[in-house]
Amino acid sequence: MTTRIQQAFDRRKSEGKAVLVAYLTAGDPTPEHTPSLVAALERGGADLIELGVPFSDPIADGPVIQQGSERALKAGTTVAKVLAIAQKIREASQIPLLLFTYVNPVLRYGLENLARDAKAAGIDGCLLTDVSVEEAAVYVNAMRAAGLDTVFLAAPTSTPGRLKLVAKYSSGFIYLVSRTGVTGERAELSDSLQPLIDSTRAISKLPLAAGFGISTPAQAGAVAKIADGVVVGSAIVRLIGENAGEAGLEKFARSLRTGMDA
Amino acid sequence: MITSQPDATGHFGPYGGRFVPEVLMTPLDELERAYLEARRDPAFQAELADLLKNFAGRPTPLYYAKRLTEQLGGAKIYIKREDLLHTGAHKINNCLGQALLSRKMGKKRIIAETGAGQHGVASATVCALFGLECIVYMGEEDMRRQRLNVFRMRLLGAKVVAVTNGSRTLKDAVSEALRDWVTNVHSTYYLLGSALGPHPYPVMVRDFHRVIGEETRAEFLKREGRLPDSIFCCVGGGSNAIGMFHSFIGDENVKLIGVEAGGRSEKLGDHAARFSGGSPGALQGAYSYVLQDSDGQISLTHSISAGLDYALVGPEHAWLHDRHRAEYVACSDMKALAAAQRLARTEGIIPALESAHAVAEAIERAPEEPGKLFIVNLSGRGDKDTDIYRENLPELDDPI
Repeated sequence: MTTRIQQAFDRRKSEGKAVLVAYLTAGDPTPEHTPSLVAALERGGADLIELGVPFSDPIADGPVIQQGSERALKAGTTVAKVLAIAQKIREASQIPLLLFTYVNPVLRYGLENLARDAKAAGIDGCLLTDVSVEEAAVYVNAMRAAGLDTVFLAAPTSTPGRLKLVAKYSSGFIYLVSRTGVTGERAELSDSLQPLIDSTRAISKLPLAAGFGISTPAQAGAVAKIADGVVVGSAIVRLIGENAGEAGLEKFARSLRTGMDA
Repeated sequence: MITSQPDATGHFGPYGGRFVPEVLMTPLDELERAYLEARRDPAFQAELADLLKNFAGRPTPLYYAKRLTEQLGGAKIYIKREDLLHTGAHKINNCLGQALLSRKMGKKRIIAETGAGQHGVASATVCALFGLECIVYMGEEDMRRQRLNVFRMRLLGAKVVAVTNGSRTLKDAVSEALRDWVTNVHSTYYLLGSALGPHPYPVMVRDFHRVIGEETRAEFLKREGRLPDSIFCCVGGGSNAIGMFHSFIGDENVKLIGVEAGGRSEKLGDHAARFSGGSPGALQGAYSYVLQDSDGQISLTHSISAGLDYALVGPEHAWLHDRHRAEYVACSDMKALAAAQRLARTEGIIPALESAHAVAEAIERAPEEPGKLFIVNLSGRGDKDTDIYRENLPELDDPI
């Protein structure tokens, strides 16, 4: 059975295009806002949504997503509320939803509980930024048993041996961290992305989506030429923080889509 | 027999491990390799031993606190004087070791986090000694309450970066240091200051502090002809405690007592008592006991001592706790303050507020245990805490 995540990559591939992966923090600025913001991103051309579950100590995130997480936590966002948001999104859309968070809230909720409840809410997969492949076995088993994809990060510092393990534990796609660093917008694309794509392609047939530091239509266009998917996060969270609203998000997603399809 | 070594992936039982972004995994492997090489390299060990002796001032005295003992009328109390080390706390042991390691690895840019500022000062000191660039992340709140140490770090040539997110204390400083490391990983050595974070830090930091327990054990046997009955150490991340405990873990009749910050109340957010108020979870690279809410968000903490004001306890302590090999208790801000005053007036030693927590627990137990032998690890001296002592003892602060 192919999952919604796999279908999204298959469909864009058949069109000769790349998948646009849009990140936003669930509950930012409030849980009530998220479903309509996701709908706006989808109208603008996003193919897959990374639904960030806010965590108090996001060590992999730069200031923009840190602030988004703070807004969401202040608005009372919990894991259970994120699942309710997913359910609400699912009432109106079949867009693939990937939970994107840190391990502690997931452990607290319980791995099996989360896998079961996330599946029931219409979530398609999960990515934990601070779970390395060494620590992954129990988590991956719980998610796979519930029929959820598990996405892992590959980084410019990953050795060939580690890339093999990342590929082994990943399903749906592999998330390539285009540069060493935290999430955030950057003026220049990193030149470490192409070698990472080459070395990952050599050992895995999974689709490869690249993120970290990609924020403009031109950057998204450049990455779309070499990867199967492009992840944009901080630029979207910044717009949400600036109250760009649904219209602003839709317009921004469309500009990324245009850049990628050019 | 309880041994205390992590497995190949850095786990003490279920605790420890590596919960960090993938970018850091290979650098952590490289660090582990370099450390394991250094551990069995006689030249490295000889250079470290020389620095510990001639730069830091080891061995430190094991002092019999006669007046305090007589006043309490119970157990005989010895004090391990880590407060007499250069820079004023045990932290220098680890910093010298890691600075040598960073030099061996060819990294010239050093980053560190600090809570009370003792690890920051020790880091700035070793960087000055080795001619390395030093950047110290420190919570804005901690900079305010440990102002003297901020100045000392700058005097030593370090750059102190104020961390303004979250509770603006140690936890947020660790997060910022990790973000810096993720970004500048090729050029930078992260000099982590306690026995926490991802493997190999908990075991490496412990090993650099094992000298505390080794000296204490040998000297105590010489003086008393037997092992102590109880050893008291304060536990923030737990580096001084694990360094002391480690030489005694196999001696099952020696009670190991870790004292956490009980803060101002037992309410979540008012203390840093991870064992009584927390539960297992993952924070900043390690799985251990952590203060968290019902949704897995890390709680704010409070302690009068910045060095104990941290949400997670080092993973080896979690394991010693679960195996019932060490006992962990909490001591309130007020009791620590009272113990500090008592030690100052009875023995002429002004302790760091962190160490005063261990003193307080020993003072509480001593009258009930006549004939028993106690050791308190006085991990740091109180100079840095003068402003806090002044705030809390206004009656002594009349200038005339």
